[in-house]
Amino acid sequence: MGLMKKTSSSEKPASPIRVVVAKPGLDSHDRGAKILARALRDAGMEVIYTGLHRTPEEVVRTVVEEDAEALCISLLSGAHTALVPRVMALLKEAGMEDTVVFLGGTIPEEDVPAMKAAGVAGVYGPGSDLKVITADLQAKVERVRAKA
Amino acid sequence: MRDQWAEKLLAGDRLALARAITWVENEDERGLSLLQEVFPHTGKAWVIGLTGAPGAGKSTLLLRLAEAFSKEDLKVGVVAVDPSSPFTGGALLGDRVRWQRRIAGDIFFRSLASRGRLGGLSRAAYDAIRLMDAAGRQVILVETVGVGQAEVDIMHAAHTVVVVLAPGLGDDIQANKAGIAEIGDIFVVHKADREGASDTARDMRMALGLSPEARGRREGYTPPEEGGPAWFPPVFLVSSLSGKERGLETLMTGLYQHRRYLEARGLFGERVTEEDRRRMEEVLSEEALRWVMERAKEDGTLEEVLEALKRKDVDPRTAARRILGGIGEEKRVP
Repeated sequence: MGLMKKTSSSEKPASPIRVVVAKPGLDSHDRGAKILARALRDAGMEVIYTGLHRTPEEVVRTVVEEDAEALCISLLSGAHTALVPRVMALLKEAGMEDTVVFLGGTIPEEDVPAMKAAGVAGVYGPGSDLKVITADLQAKVERVRAKA
Repeated sequence: MRDQWAEKLLAGDRLALARAITWVENEDERGLSLLQEVFPHTGKAWVIGLTGAPGAGKSTLLLRLAEAFSKEDLKVGVVAVDPSSPFTGGALLGDRVRWQRRIAGDIFFRSLASRGRLGGLSRAAYDAIRLMDAAGRQVILVETVGVGQAEVDIMHAAHTVVVVLAPGLGDDIQANKAGIAEIGDIFVVHKADREGASDTARDMRMALGLSPEARGRREGYTPPEEGGPAWFPPVFLVSSLSGKERGLETLMTGLYQHRRYLEARGLFGERVTEEDRRRMEEVLSEEALRWVMERAKEDGTLEEVLEALKRKDVDPRTAARRILGGIGEEKRVP
């Protein structure tokens, strides 16, 4: 506990960021998702991994029940154009529109604007630096926390 | 007017329940007042704890039980506790991964990190259980890695404790070790499809037979032949291997038998009251410590005593008593 990050304003340590790492859809490659989960954990976050083959409904239900502040979606199937907008719509419906959503995997460059327009806060392709993803996620969640 | 979050939570709203758990976990005042507000609505849920060594298949069994209860039209709550890293505070909460099949039914699943409570049940687990109870969850399954303090914590937090064992994780000496036989109300030898499962079950039965401290006995176990409502921890063989599933129905029957036993003896409510009292004492000791430390810091006693400790003029116990004594004569420890 003593080593956890402290906020500058108060003596109470900042609560750890809760993040869901999700694998929606049909692809079965979760090495990337697991490596990311581990990196986020090592950065002091509480990481909830969903396991493979989740429906958008299951992913959003997980985000709700775990009251996660962030959601990292890993997709290698090419189904992001269908699945991501669905997840975003369901999050809104559930009252979780403040969730910081990151997308990783094989996302073609030309799809990135559409993903961002759907509300995705960051898109990270293969070879992305884990430190960069972690720092970006931390910064974005902190911004949401400051607003609340 | 009642707080709208409390209103929503009592109506069983998922988001309200999830947010309330986050608040109590973060010791946010909103969560503490919410818990106070909904507390009169607690005490109805049946809390079942699952504990056992890593790899025994607790998460899998937990989900099968959650599914079985929800098939009986019961609202199920799940609290899955995993350890936080003592170095970074981070945690990997992976119990949902076992949720591979489509599981129908009304199940609310929450993962909690132990957050500094080393080896123990998460501090927030108690509050999460009470909040789920208030939100209308009728059966609450609590899972924790069974090492040391967690086993003791879960024994107090749950009405019914299921200890999950698996073949090949230890011989009969393990079964006889202190802590195992004393904790469980029900024992499950999971992975019963594997070789050695019946040996493990036999060893456990033997260990229970030899243990005067087995849970039912401690509460006044009377052998069936002498009449008296009695509980002696049964040992069930269960397999969750796809295609080789067995034993779940027997386990469910055993769980209901235990519940009836608790109710018949008036222990169902008593265990809740006892746990509430323990929780009160826990909070009291935390707050009292904070209070004492603040005062000792203010009047300089803390610094003085720490110096003396460093010089080895006092031992830690004397140092602690000196701090207490410094607060006021009337508070001096005899």
